[in-house]
Amino acid sequence: MNRRIQRILLYGFGNPARGDDGLGPALAAAIEELDIPDLAVDANYQLTVEDAAEIAGYDAVVFADAATQGPTPFWFSRVDDTAVKRVGNTIGSIGWTSHSVSPAQVVALARDLFASKVAAYALGIRGYKFGDLDEALSLRAMDNLSYAVTFARRALVERQFEHYVQEFGHPAAG
Amino acid sequence: MSVAKRIVIEPVTRVEGHGKVTILLDENKKVIQARLHVVEFRGFERFIQGRPFWEVPVLVQRLCGICPVSHHLAAAKAMDRIVGGENLTPTAEKMRRLMHYGQMYQSHALHFFHLASPDLLFGFDADVAIRNVIGVAGKFPDLAVQAVLMRKYGQEIIKATAGKKIHGTGAIPGGVNKNLSIAERDVFLKDVEQHLAWAKSAVKIAKDYTVQNLAMLAPFGSFESNHMSLVRGDGAMDLYHGNLRAIDAQGETIFDQVDYQHYVDFIAEEVRDWSYMKFPFIRSIGPEKGWYRVGPLARLNTATFIDTPLAEAERKEFRAVTAGKPNNITMAYHWSRMIELLHSMEKIQELLNDKDLQGTDLVVKGERREVGIGLIEAPRGTLFHHYKVDKNDLVTQANLIVSTTNNNEPMNRAVAKVAQDHLQGVEITEGLLNHVEVAIRAYDPCLSCATHALGQMPMEMTVLDQEGQILDQKSRG
Repeated sequence: MNRRIQRILLYGFGNPARGDDGLGPALAAAIEELDIPDLAVDANYQLTVEDAAEIAGYDAVVFADAATQGPTPFWFSRVDDTAVKRVGNTIGSIGWTSHSVSPAQVVALARDLFASKVAAYALGIRGYKFGDLDEALSLRAMDNLSYAVTFARRALVERQFEHYVQEFGHPAAG
Repeated sequence: MSVAKRIVIEPVTRVEGHGKVTILLDENKKVIQARLHVVEFRGFERFIQGRPFWEVPVLVQRLCGICPVSHHLAAAKAMDRIVGGENLTPTAEKMRRLMHYGQMYQSHALHFFHLASPDLLFGFDADVAIRNVIGVAGKFPDLAVQAVLMRKYGQEIIKATAGKKIHGTGAIPGGVNKNLSIAERDVFLKDVEQHLAWAKSAVKIAKDYTVQNLAMLAPFGSFESNHMSLVRGDGAMDLYHGNLRAIDAQGETIFDQVDYQHYVDFIAEEVRDWSYMKFPFIRSIGPEKGWYRVGPLARLNTATFIDTPLAEAERKEFRAVTAGKPNNITMAYHWSRMIELLHSMEKIQELLNDKDLQGTDLVVKGERREVGIGLIEAPRGTLFHHYKVDKNDLVTQANLIVSTTNNNEPMNRAVAKVAQDHLQGVEITEGLLNHVEVAIRAYDPCLSCATHALGQMPMEMTVLDQEGQILDQKSRG
């Protein structure tokens, strides 16, 4: 079955003033300029609970973010929300002070609160320089971003996401 | 020689030293000190120096993904002074206020329902695997949906007033760059009554919980303190603008109606060698006893009244619990936060029905200045922005005191109190960690001036002795 996924959201997140943490929004900005049909693009500093309401309206969502680990220049994996159960799994826990949630948590909230069946994927772009206030990406991250944009453009047009998971998946992701 | 031990509770994220708790014990295993280490955003002055002043209200939003609107508005207020445009047009001031109340509404809703309510609904000692937003969604789905929609409503107001969801540009030196169209207004008006009803029910949840559990909550992480906030000229709560008022634990005035352009004459910051975060205090009292609390609890204590009827009725009930004296119960932050949430929604309704929002007179300018100070009551408390700008319009100096910094000493005290009451032996138990979390969370500290990439590490707890040797280590997450 290769039905073309109709409604897709690309959601880049990260803080552009934190060095390579800005990789997600940078990718979102680059893809938005391509004006790909049937593709919505959004970006924010981080994921928060109300994003569950937004992604619930799509068939598929691709979260793009900087990655601290995993293959270079990027990896592409399915977001496994099944690990986030309503009760009884620590992946579902929210940090003691953090106001952000993970892609899996957002998808789980969309599932539990809005009966969403959105298919969710994560595009992790390898970054290296995080922490201090700095608007510039590192040179290596910029290289990785250019590969990731080329990949994302193809993926968001062709929409064979499961195939890309096989090709670019990262076992520790999701 | 005494053998002191340190217990370290450390959430390890990709950003080094995101926050950790160190508890120092004496030889009898009694808690003698607790320290909450918070790494603030670093390099801000370098980041902002040399920038044109008109860029600052946009740039500062990059400091924090949690409260960008607060930084945006505080910086804009400071830059109003630079351009001599602090007497805003009615449209400009009301647009900014609408943006601010939208921010307050969504921030308080997020904190209460998704960060605090799991503690209240499941109990402090519930398994962290349950005591979280996913747990709330599973057991109280209607409440969780309501909370998401409250948050979304506030975010949409921010988008409509600031122009964008992130890196908003709505507030500019001397005014704003857009008004609210009739079409935008009508979208929000359509849901106002629903949100007012939800806000009222949120207050009830917090109030009932606090009153029913008062005996348990009253001592929890609690202590007497000074309180400080902006208030209006007539003493009313004003979250956007006003003058500084500080009171002591008994309600006696320390100072009142202080023009915040002169805050440095009243507030000083102490540096301690173990913390990146400074410790503000009231100059006239000194660092030892001059520290104070800010945020919803402080604002409920300092305000003479609230100028919206529903929130004012709730304020009176709140104050009655402590017989009109300041409320020093740390866990009462939650109740006070929900009263502010209701107040913000009432203000949003009031503003949406004000035709000034459709005005077209957006910007004023006056005599150019070289120093600009802007204060605002952010969701977590008083936020200070202080800039110097040279004749070439470039920022030469910047100083920020963020809300969490103002609450630095109180948060340390809260941790110490909880540790004294709940630490048994030297072992970090789940119960101790749970209680420390609950106490810190009451302040809604913003430690999120950080990054949030895939690959986040779990919370880690470590017990060290005086020589730095690890005695116990646990992780969570």
